[in-house]
Amino acid sequence: MAKLEIDGINKRYGDVQALTNISFRVNDGELFGLIGPDGAGKTTLFRILTSLILADSGEASVDGLDIVKDYKELRRHIGYMPGRFSLYQDLSVEENLNFFATVFHTTVQENYHLIKEIYQQLEPFRTRRAGKLSGGMKQKLALCCALIHKPSVLFLDEPTTGVDPVSRKEFWEMLKRLKQQGITIVVSTPYMDEATRCDRIALIQHGQILSIDTPENIRKAYPKKLYRASAPDNFSLLERLRELPEIDSVFLFGEYLHVTLKKDDKKPKDVQLQLIEPGIEDCFIDLLRQK
Amino acid sequence: MNSVIQASQLTKRFGNFTAVDHISFEVAKGEIFGFLGANGAGKTTAMRMLCGLSKPTSGQGLVAGYDIAKQPEEVKKHIGYMSQKFSLYEDLKVWENMQLYAGIYGMNIKQIRPKIDEKLHQLGLFDERNTFVSQLPLGWKQKLAFSVAIFHEPQIVFLDEPTGGVDPITRRQFWELIYEAADRGITIFVTTHYMDEAEYCHRISMMVDGKIEALDTPKNLRERFRAATMDEVFYQLARKGREN
Amino acid sequence: MKQFWAFIIKEFEHIFRDMRTILLIIGIPIAQILIIGFAVSTEVKNIRVAVYDPSNDVSTQLIINHFESSRSFEVVRSLQSPDEAERLFQQNAFDFALIFSEHFDENLYHTGEASVQFIADASDPNYGNTAVAYATNILSDYQQELMQKAMASGMNSANFRIVPQVQMLYNPEMNGSYNFVPGLMGMVFILICAMMTSIAIVREKESGTMEVLLASPVKPIYIVISKMIPYFLISWFILIIILLLSIFVLNVPVAGNLIWLNVFSLIYILVALSLGLLISTLVRTQVAAMLASGMGLMMPIMILSGMIFPIESMPPVLQWISCIVPARWYISGIRKIMIEGVGVIHILKEMLILTGMAAAIITLSLKKFKTRLE
Repeated sequence: MAKLEIDGINKRYGDVQALTNISFRVNDGELFGLIGPDGAGKTTLFRILTSLILADSGEASVDGLDIVKDYKELRRHIGYMPGRFSLYQDLSVEENLNFFATVFHTTVQENYHLIKEIYQQLEPFRTRRAGKLSGGMKQKLALCCALIHKPSVLFLDEPTTGVDPVSRKEFWEMLKRLKQQGITIVVSTPYMDEATRCDRIALIQHGQILSIDTPENIRKAYPKKLYRASAPDNFSLLERLRELPEIDSVFLFGEYLHVTLKKDDKKPKDVQLQLIEPGIEDCFIDLLRQK
Repeated sequence: MNSVIQASQLTKRFGNFTAVDHISFEVAKGEIFGFLGANGAGKTTAMRMLCGLSKPTSGQGLVAGYDIAKQPEEVKKHIGYMSQKFSLYEDLKVWENMQLYAGIYGMNIKQIRPKIDEKLHQLGLFDERNTFVSQLPLGWKQKLAFSVAIFHEPQIVFLDEPTGGVDPITRRQFWELIYEAADRGITIFVTTHYMDEAEYCHRISMMVDGKIEALDTPKNLRERFRAATMDEVFYQLARKGREN
Repeated sequence: MKQFWAFIIKEFEHIFRDMRTILLIIGIPIAQILIIGFAVSTEVKNIRVAVYDPSNDVSTQLIINHFESSRSFEVVRSLQSPDEAERLFQQNAFDFALIFSEHFDENLYHTGEASVQFIADASDPNYGNTAVAYATNILSDYQQELMQKAMASGMNSANFRIVPQVQMLYNPEMNGSYNFVPGLMGMVFILICAMMTSIAIVREKESGTMEVLLASPVKPIYIVISKMIPYFLISWFILIIILLLSIFVLNVPVAGNLIWLNVFSLIYILVALSLGLLISTLVRTQVAAMLASGMGLMMPIMILSGMIFPIESMPPVLQWISCIVPARWYISGIRKIMIEGVGVIHILKEMLILTGMAAAIITLSLKKFKTRLE
């Protein structure tokens, strides 16, 4: 059963087409990733789905509730964590949590089992003001507050942006456990390397969805052979490869260059090319280039 | 080694809190040096000292040959700086921003005009020279901010978390600009907490709790920590820091 | 209901954790009262006096001598007719006119009562009032002298009364010298209520918490009303402080009914709160909220409420405009009830107007308050 159904959503801000014909489904209990750079339209889509703004056209339902007609009921069923830290900085950890529990007509005790694991890490700082927490702790608190009413769908807008790798890793592990408890999670991120942590992902850029599938299938669908090259001076190698007629694309990838050829097996001479498996980032680049 | 940055036992204390704790390292001319660490590890404080914006509590630092404690003004003249927020004026046009920064660094008007045109062509922004910065896409702003930061041909440019949130192609174009600048002999000092960004650097230092816990090439670090990615290297180091 | 309480408690926590702001909003009115209070009591000197003395007898001469010998007055000319006074006033030839009645001496000794008219320029009410107060003092001193003389000469039931009739020019309402207390109240409540509520609501927009609240089942009206209640109570507290200060420090007695004074003020506070609410629905940033409430509300209050410039002496256009400035009605009503001590029936008009304004603005802003982000 689809927990989230989105059908032909369009949104325009003045001259800018923020979202173009977005349609997809998220299944019950799925961890779904919306992956794309800043300005791709992730936040706009989240706001439409959480009934915070209205789409120009198109329809969507969350948990069977229409996002426009049933918005009041909808707001009881969803948990939403906006992109920036949006708790009260001058209230303590405990006060924030109690406040949001009350806002959602519940108590911390009632759904404590849901947040227990996360909240235990915050417990030592119970009386500390939220503004004084570290980045990772803030994210955990925000997640607790978004979870406290046992939402059936959880929307997390860039929860790991600006958070250090240790906290990021912990955060994704928390999401995995929440998923096991049956909560459907829609999460957005600009980090391609987080894609593999999701069941299915949508790659999005300029308000358009480039591809939707499992990370595995997206990688399999990469249309070319991908090679890797490296040299002590990658920059001159890059410049040299760009000049070669056999080369289709060359991109820097850390200490390597990722290379595709115009004809997959027609390798240029005197360049060491090693065949590799493409990652999500390679796929994203390829999809962007196709456009 | 022909080093442009030399830090020895550099320390900064705020009251009882030691933000930067006796760090020592050298950066060579034309090197891309990654300065990594979690939020609050002391990256920003260390970088501020190297830019001559903050006086070290103890220790020594030479940047572009000038003492950061005694000659901060000279240091500032010989470095470039670009931050996440781009330090561009959104309500000025592209060329106006370039002219402003050239003026700030004391270039004379006659030199500025042709140089701006040359730069604009190089960046592929010539047709956008009369566009307001607020209307540029994020990736272009980033390129512009970088070229403004190195407009006066500094010996070193400090990049403070430069490439968050852009798409993978734009990001690579940006790194190509960085490589190109390094190729010309400009030293690049990048702070970031995106670990995949670290892989682009020649050498990386990892800061944990005010100290440099590791300093090597990405490859050597991965081998030493038996990790597949820099993320894992960082994870191991930072966890160690937490347990302490 | 439980939700609503949670909101109110949260608001109080916000306010009391920001000690600097709370001290500022309580400290500013106190400082203003004290500063203006001391500024107003400064001595007025060299009031230029013109005299019309049709009787020209012993008593009038003595009184004029008293005026001349006082440090505060300086007799600069004598007038040919009472009508001349008003004309010359406009040329700013003098600040104060002393108009004796005919047969002053005769009346005083035969009927025991004589009248004299003071005409003062009250475009600066403090100046005018101080001049009248000084002149009245001189008269009563003279009256005392007369009585002592009469006693000394053996008269038993000596009773002389010189009755001054005061006419204030340019400000015929005869604003009290404590004019500024009502004016200050009119200003302070707008400052605290409108500015603080609008900032408090806009802060949630800026910090992103509004996004979370809107995506929750909470009723928007709770968010709004819970912002108003704490500032309502704080304003009441400040009202009490202002009243205590004016009674015990500035010696401005509250002449009218204290309960109605409070009721009337609370209605005005409600108007101010709803203005803050309205502003918060129109702006996006705290800075904009501050500018809108600061410039948009304070300036009209300073200029058009009668706090500084008497409304009666304004051009008609400005007088009409002043009708939509809530502070105009509040200040006028508070003057009546606090200084003049009239009954509540006399401020009914002001009260109804302010109640109407509050209802209208609240309705408008609740309509404008969005259940979505844009």
